[in-house]
Amino acid sequence: MPADMFVLTLPFDPSALTLEMLMAVLATLVLIMGIIVPKGSRHGLGWVSLLGILGILAVAVSLWGEKRELLNGMYLLDNYALFWKITFMTAAALVILGCMRFIDNMGNQAEYYSLTLFATLGMMVMASAGDFITFYLGLELMTLSFVILVCFRKTDAKSVEAGIKYLLLAGMSSAVLLYGLTLIYGLTGSITILEIGRIIAMQPLSPALVLAVVLVIAGLGFKISAVPFHMWSPDVYEGAPTPVTAYLAVGSKAASFAIIMRLFISGLPGIWENWAMVMAILAAVTIIVGNLVAIPQTNIKRMLAYSSIAQAGYILVGLVTATEAGIKGVMFYAFLYVFATMAAFVVVAYYYNVAGSDELKDYAGLAQRSPLLAAVMLVALLSMAGIPPLAGFAGKFYLFKTIVDGYLWLVFVGLIMSMVSVYYYLRVALVMYRDDPVDATPISVSSPVAVTLVFATIATLVIGICPGPLSEIVNGAAHTFFLH
Amino acid sequence: MYVEFAMQHAWLVPLLPALAFVAIVFLTRPWQKLSAILAVGSMALSCVIATLAAYGIFTNHEYAEKPLVYATRWFSLGLAGMPDLQIDVGVQLDPVSAMMLVMVSFISTFIFLYSMGYMNGEDGYSVFFSYLSLFGASMLLLTLSSNLLQMFVGWELVGLCSYLLIGFYTHKISAREAAKKAFVTCRIADFGLLLGLLSLQIVFGTLNLTELGEKISHFEDYTNFGILTMIAVLVFMGPIAKSGQFPLHVWLPDAMEGPTPVSALIHAATMVVAGVYLVGRTMFLFHEVESAMLLVAVTGAFTALFAATIALTQREIKKILAYSTVSQLGYMMLALGVGSLTAGMFHMWTHAFFKALMFLGAGSVLVALHHKADVWDMGGLVKKMPITAWTFVIGGLAIAGIPPFAGFWSKDEILVATLAEGHYVLFAMAAFTAFLTAFYMWRLIFLAFFGKENPANHPKESPWTMTVPLIVLAVGAIGAGWLGTPWHNVWAEWIYFGHPHHAAANYGAMLLSVVLAVAGIGLAYTMYLKDTEKVKAKAMAEQYSTAYRVLVNKYYIDELYLWFNHALVDGAAKIFYLFDIYIVDSIVNGIGAFAKVSGEGLRVFQTGRLQNYVLIFFIGVLVVAVLMAFVGPSNAVPVLGGVK
Repeated sequence: MPADMFVLTLPFDPSALTLEMLMAVLATLVLIMGIIVPKGSRHGLGWVSLLGILGILAVAVSLWGEKRELLNGMYLLDNYALFWKITFMTAAALVILGCMRFIDNMGNQAEYYSLTLFATLGMMVMASAGDFITFYLGLELMTLSFVILVCFRKTDAKSVEAGIKYLLLAGMSSAVLLYGLTLIYGLTGSITILEIGRIIAMQPLSPALVLAVVLVIAGLGFKISAVPFHMWSPDVYEGAPTPVTAYLAVGSKAASFAIIMRLFISGLPGIWENWAMVMAILAAVTIIVGNLVAIPQTNIKRMLAYSSIAQAGYILVGLVTATEAGIKGVMFYAFLYVFATMAAFVVVAYYYNVAGSDELKDYAGLAQRSPLLAAVMLVALLSMAGIPPLAGFAGKFYLFKTIVDGYLWLVFVGLIMSMVSVYYYLRVALVMYRDDPVDATPISVSSPVAVTLVFATIATLVIGICPGPLSEIVNGAAHTFFLH
Repeated sequence: MYVEFAMQHAWLVPLLPALAFVAIVFLTRPWQKLSAILAVGSMALSCVIATLAAYGIFTNHEYAEKPLVYATRWFSLGLAGMPDLQIDVGVQLDPVSAMMLVMVSFISTFIFLYSMGYMNGEDGYSVFFSYLSLFGASMLLLTLSSNLLQMFVGWELVGLCSYLLIGFYTHKISAREAAKKAFVTCRIADFGLLLGLLSLQIVFGTLNLTELGEKISHFEDYTNFGILTMIAVLVFMGPIAKSGQFPLHVWLPDAMEGPTPVSALIHAATMVVAGVYLVGRTMFLFHEVESAMLLVAVTGAFTALFAATIALTQREIKKILAYSTVSQLGYMMLALGVGSLTAGMFHMWTHAFFKALMFLGAGSVLVALHHKADVWDMGGLVKKMPITAWTFVIGGLAIAGIPPFAGFWSKDEILVATLAEGHYVLFAMAAFTAFLTAFYMWRLIFLAFFGKENPANHPKESPWTMTVPLIVLAVGAIGAGWLGTPWHNVWAEWIYFGHPHHAAANYGAMLLSVVLAVAGIGLAYTMYLKDTEKVKAKAMAEQYSTAYRVLVNKYYIDELYLWFNHALVDGAAKIFYLFDIYIVDSIVNGIGAFAKVSGEGLRVFQTGRLQNYVLIFFIGVLVVAVLMAFVGPSNAVPVLGGVK
């Protein structure tokens, strides 16, 4: 019914937007409170943001099972979207709780927290986006918030440089993406993803469509830092304040995967055969390059940046088959990736406050100074490497299980590169556990950080040992994906 | 009410010692006494729960037919081309597991208590108790498991604990070597067991004991006979090593390098019977395959005889007991092999008491004599160590099979079962083994506890923590067999496979085993006690010097393995070594070097200059575009896959 499509006076239920509205209110509230609250007590804003997120998280959980479609598929609320929103908010809550001291040291807490919350809002919009406008809106809200966050340490040249780089490159990639989206609109006359899916299925493959898909892949490949669109991420990850890096690595990537799956699996199933092969090759190249370049790194944030490139490659594997099992694999991996990455980055952030360095060699003897930090780091890294019984193993298993039939070569690439990755992950363990510290004073870990770390580590262990319950939940969420 | 609680919470039984392990490792390690009390206390509590649960089982006849299973799904996976992999975790309470639970927790409690005295003043006191707790937890987990995978986890964990405890005296090279030997030997066999379990999963789609039992009885629907035979043989490989059956018994005597309580607990009373227990648990599998049953029976009977002959000439007190354990395990296997779960489990039950008793007695002697282990250097200990000596005598009477001590009833049951199945050769082997058992065990007793005192020794009786367990176990060694007398066989009413069968008292067999036992003891008496100079014994050793040497050297099995290892494995190893150095290493180093170099190489692109990044981005766009445009799906499929 194309005629109805542009009727904007359609009655719609605003309650479907509850989460987003709450998040917007919270973000604005924190910003305003920053003006009112005297400078000395602004550290309380972290707690306000955290409690707010937890509250919205609870609302999100209570909405589980809802299924709404607003404005002819412009905005979709289903378990798929809810699961992603819960993932983003979990990541945001962990990064706020774990890095409060780091942020207090930077100052300007109100702006920092409010921007983090706005970025989260952008991600949440992306997860629910059913058409190009909503999607682009969310994407830009997220990206621009991150641009400011990346250069938040204004006095640090590295941070500012990273911010400028991110701004320019993100702008360029947005342009490319937008170009692709425009072409698709021109070819189909629609911006609603489901509608496009129906139209493209009936058209033959035209060169213009190929170009459009390539541009979209490039634009979104930039966001998930898939090789060869990844060049920005090591520089930006290294330069950005560590909590921002952590959230950028987890949140922005997860949100992009949420929309990539909507776009390709719902919007372009007609030409699945064409893009599946490209995705498989991209995944392979990303896994290979990410893991290989991680090896010579001497800065732990840079190493984690390359490792997160490799992780994005693993997640891409789930897209190749465009099946429910693949979607489930992506969501499962993204969720557990939150805990391992957050744990690793929170340790890095905390240690930076103590040692003032992110160089790997300065991690010598961490195990003697703080057994907790070293153990958490070890578990997080081993989970990323996919060593059982940690969560990463279960996640990789679900991802690669989907492509055993048909893409066996990709399974082998993943397998061999996982082995290579153990090398650089364990090098960190070696430095932490074998070497003697230069300064052996014990590090006391403040309780919010300890809570974050222990929670993330326990989650990694529990998901790894007993993946069943989470797997059931994700199955349910992935199932709603095809129900529109 | 308590009974019901215990039955519903049977999972607490393995959990409590596991918690004690964690607590000792992380919290109480600096406080030795506290650690020990924690270990003993948790095991005693487990024992109470186990006893209550067993009481619940043994007062309701329903459970003999229908086991009580509490299980939950651990995980499930769908895999293409195979039945869904569904793994449960749970506890299964039935008469067999309840009996085993009581036995393990009861004996463990007393051996833990004994260890408090025995290990006093040793380095790593707390660590020792943490290992003991972990062992207790794993063994109880294995016992309670409702499925074979979970059982396998327990199985490997007890293997690990055995390794840790044999090698507990890390400063002793022989202990380290023995630990390694035990672990490697068991690992080799466990590989077979694992293959067996995987085959069961693939063929029947489940590893839950109850479901497997159901499905295997209709195995024609699933598979043919050959596969079932193969599975049974593979599964049996695990027990061969774990329960010290020929030819993988070699690790068990060496395992005596560990502290004596460990020998008593793990290498006599509990862990080594895990193999017997596993065969008993999977009786539904073996029962279907006649050839596998025969294999079990023959292995058991041969091991029993073979180990008994070696025990005749050994001089170290614990070595004699070790070979006697191997021999008795052979009896149990024989019982299972002739289809009598009743007799096998019964002998396991009684054996646990008298063998633990004798090992602890040996430990008591070793402490008193400052670890002088040769029985020929002892003598007359009964005067200085009356409790140790007399409890040991009770153990000796039990193992020799003198009524009314425990061993008589269970051994008689095995002999009768063998005879009833018509295995006359096996019966003869078992009967002769009974004679040898009485002889070598009483040779030990006469040499060590009676006769002339050795003036070089200054023994004194051990403290109460060591003698109380001896007395308690001695009571067990006397009375544990009364459950299964031929006139009123309570045991057979509960623990059986298929149907309870109640054999009538076979007075002939009974008489024969008593006569053989008395003859063995009598021969030992004339050779080692009456003849104070031991002239006859020495003369015999000289007269039959070849046989004597063969026996002292344990049939040269170790040497054979060493030769085999030297000639074949080392030879092959040399070839593989060269292959490894020149081919594998260069490949591995090549990959490593490639990874490093390419890592460095790819890094060159990371210039930090924005213009370059954009350039690479658009080159990427171009490459992807070319890929999509010219290498369409139809061209790429043969190379890169993508067929759905």
